[in-house]
Amino acid sequence: MTAVTDPATGTAAGESSSLRSADRGALETFKQGLRLSPEFRHGLAGTLVLAVLATLGKVVVPIAVQQVIDRGLGSGEPDLPFIRNAVALCALAVVLTALCGYLMNVRLYRSTESGLAALRGKGFRHVHDLSVLTQNTERRGGLVSRVTGDVDQISTFMQWGGLMVIVSAGQLVVATVLMAVYSWQLTLIVWACFLPLVLALPRFQRLVAKAYTKVRERAGDVLAAVSESVVGSAVIRAYGSEDRTAERIDTAVDGMRAAQTRAQKIVGFTFPATELVASITVALVVVAGVWLGVADSITAGRLIAFLFLITLFISPLQTATEVLNEAQNAIAGWRRILGVLDTPADVADPENGETLPRGPISVRFDGVGFAYPGGPPVLHDVSVEIPPRTRVAVVGETGSGKTTFAKLLTRLMDPTSGRILVDGTDLRTVSFSSLRERIVMVPQDGFLFDSTLEDNIRFGRPSATREEITRALTELGLADWLDGLPAGLDSPVGQRGESLSAGERQLVALARAYLADPDLLLLDEATSAVDPATEVRLARALDGVTRGRTAVSIAHRLSTAQAADEVLVFEHGRIVQRGPHAVLVEQPGVYADLYASWTTATTVH
Amino acid sequence: MPTKESPARPGSSVMLQGLKVIGVAIRTEPRIFTGAVVASAVYGAMTVASSWALGWATDNAVLPAFRDGAAGTGTLVVAALLIVGVAVLKAAGIMGRRIMAGIHQYRMQAHSRRAVTRQYLRLPLAWHHRHPTGQLLSNANSDVEAAWAPLAPLPMAVGVVVMLVTAAVAIVLVDPVLAVVGFLIFPAVAVLNLVYQRRLSPLAMRAQQLRAEVSEVAHESFDGALVVKTLGREDAETARFQAKADALRDANVAVGRVRGLFDPMLEALPTLGVLAVLLVGSLRLESGGVAAGDLIQVAYLFTLLAFPIRALGWVLAELPRSVVGWTRVTDVLDATGSMEYGTARLDASGPARVEAEGVSYAYVPGSPVLKDVRFAVAPGRTIALVGPTGAGKSTLTQLLARLIDPGEGVVRVDGVDLREVARGEVSASVALVPQQTFLFDDTVRGNIALGGQEPDERVWAALRLAQADGFVSALPSGLDTRIGERGATLSGGQRQRLALARALVREPRLLILDDATSSVDPQVEKRILYGLRDGAAEATVIVVAYRMATIALADEVVYLEQGVVTDHGTHEQLLARCAGYRDLVTAYEREEAERAALDISEDTDEEVVA
Repeated sequence: MTAVTDPATGTAAGESSSLRSADRGALETFKQGLRLSPEFRHGLAGTLVLAVLATLGKVVVPIAVQQVIDRGLGSGEPDLPFIRNAVALCALAVVLTALCGYLMNVRLYRSTESGLAALRGKGFRHVHDLSVLTQNTERRGGLVSRVTGDVDQISTFMQWGGLMVIVSAGQLVVATVLMAVYSWQLTLIVWACFLPLVLALPRFQRLVAKAYTKVRERAGDVLAAVSESVVGSAVIRAYGSEDRTAERIDTAVDGMRAAQTRAQKIVGFTFPATELVASITVALVVVAGVWLGVADSITAGRLIAFLFLITLFISPLQTATEVLNEAQNAIAGWRRILGVLDTPADVADPENGETLPRGPISVRFDGVGFAYPGGPPVLHDVSVEIPPRTRVAVVGETGSGKTTFAKLLTRLMDPTSGRILVDGTDLRTVSFSSLRERIVMVPQDGFLFDSTLEDNIRFGRPSATREEITRALTELGLADWLDGLPAGLDSPVGQRGESLSAGERQLVALARAYLADPDLLLLDEATSAVDPATEVRLARALDGVTRGRTAVSIAHRLSTAQAADEVLVFEHGRIVQRGPHAVLVEQPGVYADLYASWTTATTVH
Repeated sequence: MPTKESPARPGSSVMLQGLKVIGVAIRTEPRIFTGAVVASAVYGAMTVASSWALGWATDNAVLPAFRDGAAGTGTLVVAALLIVGVAVLKAAGIMGRRIMAGIHQYRMQAHSRRAVTRQYLRLPLAWHHRHPTGQLLSNANSDVEAAWAPLAPLPMAVGVVVMLVTAAVAIVLVDPVLAVVGFLIFPAVAVLNLVYQRRLSPLAMRAQQLRAEVSEVAHESFDGALVVKTLGREDAETARFQAKADALRDANVAVGRVRGLFDPMLEALPTLGVLAVLLVGSLRLESGGVAAGDLIQVAYLFTLLAFPIRALGWVLAELPRSVVGWTRVTDVLDATGSMEYGTARLDASGPARVEAEGVSYAYVPGSPVLKDVRFAVAPGRTIALVGPTGAGKSTLTQLLARLIDPGEGVVRVDGVDLREVARGEVSASVALVPQQTFLFDDTVRGNIALGGQEPDERVWAALRLAQADGFVSALPSGLDTRIGERGATLSGGQRQRLALARALVREPRLLILDDATSSVDPQVEKRILYGLRDGAAEATVIVVAYRMATIALADEVVYLEQGVVTDHGTHEQLLARCAGYRDLVTAYEREEAERAALDISEDTDEEVVA
């Protein structure tokens, strides 16, 4: 048994989720949750038998006391042999109870932990399977808590609370039956005293749960405020806003402390209620018992044993608030993990998807339109053919649809109308493994994992040897840069690659994609923080025209467009111009305007 | 209680340290702790008293009534009132204990969180560079929580000690022979508890560690979701996560095994005690040593103590984690190397003069990123800081804004060594816009004024200069729109423009832009840069840039290569005499020329390319 657990540590606070929120009831959620983890049922029958035996064992003491006092000591001379036998028997029962408890616990831990570990894995995988759209509407911390804290919430209930419900219910029934055997009148008194408490318990629990929800929200504020002081350390110093940040932290910390104190007060007031009710019950039973005793319907020993039975009756009620709390936590946890699993991966790997042969690749957009859910269309009727071995540049102002075009081409999203064909095959019917092998995108923010440089580049192709990685860097013209790093390929890049500069992170992300060696490489402003000389070297190496690779670049540096075979000019979600740079620049239009402002920007005076 | 016994064991030093941590908490909040302990003592005494009340009721009300066949109403009422009265006091004790223990714990958490984050704000940026973000966040959160976790059950544990002493006295008074049984059972429970916690705590700590690792893997993997997806590495990532989740499962099962073994034993021991009391008691009853009521009182006492005695175990269980958490917290609190401030002021008006003299800096000792950097900027000039990726430009900007101090050499503004300038003076005169945009979880106004009292007109003027007025006025609540992680979503370019407005609103005398417009459209960037040049901004400007547009605005160029300033002059001068610079800034033009040449050869002879 534990003290009332503070669920504040359980989950990240108050994020607004766009994941499907299952609006099924508590019982349905519970059933669904159990169905989700078949491991829970492994050896369940045996565990339940052990649980029943362990519960029965706990009833032994009051009976023993009653027997010993009533029969052994009740009238005249103490019956010593009887006492000795009874005590020995009880001791044996107690030891067996403990043994059953041990075996039950071990089985329970094993099956529940296996179920939960599998559940974490399932949830984790599904998060990755969700489309970028869904992923981006969710805070990262919120997603993480769905496979960590939310699952932990289930574990406490499964390993303690769930069984406690069974044991408590059993204990209540057994105690009631035994009490009724001693005296039905006294049993009625006990129930009359406890019934209001039983009815009030769910209300208590709701109050407590509400208070802790507040605590979780405030804990989220603290987390955000503290992270500002760490993540924003440079800006805070640059603008001398230490005092202001300190005040913000204080406000959050005080808010959390106030919420915690309030929650504790509610628990503090409700918790001893059982204690009071129990004492009133005992007092009433003593008074009524004496009256009944006088009326010769109960013996002194039976009355005293009855008092012990009240203790047995109380203990399930004392833990009821906690059990209810755990149950609610578990249901909330299940709801949140079900929220992930129920959200369809709307951009899914097709079943029996086609595997396309490697080689020069052609892409065709056929009347493609796209609108974000609930938003206006951002891409209208885009039809374009990208033949193999071409270098295509995509240009346009912010919000013109360039990035949407890129996301559709890599099938991070599916078009709302029209279709996209790769080598004549609809993108939606190509298996993910084949698609990701042939088309790779390098995003602007090249995320790095907290590992070495080598590991990060190898992420592009796990089978690559160290020599291949070095060779790739050399081919990209990055050998000098590599030599300048203190530990070369073994250099740690830090969390999110923070030990490298922004430009260096982009170099690693490019090397990673280069090593993956796709047939179509899509660069989404992937070299925005890299110096021009390096950028040009990279662009040349990455084009890889000699390998028959197709390259699509989204860039706001028009130098890329100048080098491309074809330029696609986007405006307001449409391709308004297309053709080689030399032709487009001669025509009046969007491109010529873009180019004019670019040249004034690149040429000095 | 045997918390300090067997000093030979390695665990005892942890125990001792743990008690010291508790000592800190008691010294910080002596009154609330005393209150909680008093309440707990009331609870403890009343727990014992409730058994005494029941015994008294049995002896004076129940048994006489059965013996004499008549119920004494007065005695019965007294017995009932006694039972209820004791329970009321006990409930008050529980309430007071829980609430005050909670207040104590939460106050300590708040104290520590404040102290830790004050350190984060006080310590130099160089210290931040050496410590990973995740570690600092957990120092202020989970470590603080772990450090003060024993405070919740502590008053109860102290109360239990009182209770045990009271119980011991009570039992001795009832019957010394029965007391012997008690003195055997209770120490046995305590020792079992201690063994339990010693076995459990390393396992529990390992599970805790793995829980953190599972969370780290998930965090990192979800952060890099786009990369995982675009490279099709979902299977590998799931395998990496599942391996950690399985390790956590095994660790949790190991914890469960120990819990599963000791919990039933701890539950069984007091019950065996009750049986022993009955056995011995019946013999004593026979010899007339005790009355039936006494026997029942002692048996009842045993059942009552069975549960609270475990509070000692809860405190002991939290101690190792508490020590680890507190050690991590004190590591932050004891960290030294704060920035030293002088008394000089930067109160000149007009653009600032900037000099760097022999400046070196190394993040990792032995591999400097800047070596003997020296250059001077006259007031009002605009300098472009140019150099290849990884040349040390960002580090240099941080030195110029005194976010970090040089390892060697000196940075001067208006001829004053920045290390001699008073606190707050540098940020009042110098504004740096870092490469990585950082926005506070606050409104647009809050993010730009940063708590200052700038009137809205000035905020809008800064937004205009940063070309951000358009999209800000389109936001649902204009300046009062919340942005940041939990607010409105802005594009990279929009975020950069807000960061720029934040710098401009302060009308700095030295403005440093570290590639601060990289995500802004070229056209918009151009407007910003012209605005800066032609605007009223009377400032010396240092700008890190690759783009010609930016360089074109500069009066001079400082060229940096592998941490060394290799040239300094006008764009034309450098173009003529500095090969590295020429290579860098003409890359696009050369590319175009070469491409043209290549296209020609491609047309004439495919083999050349292959």
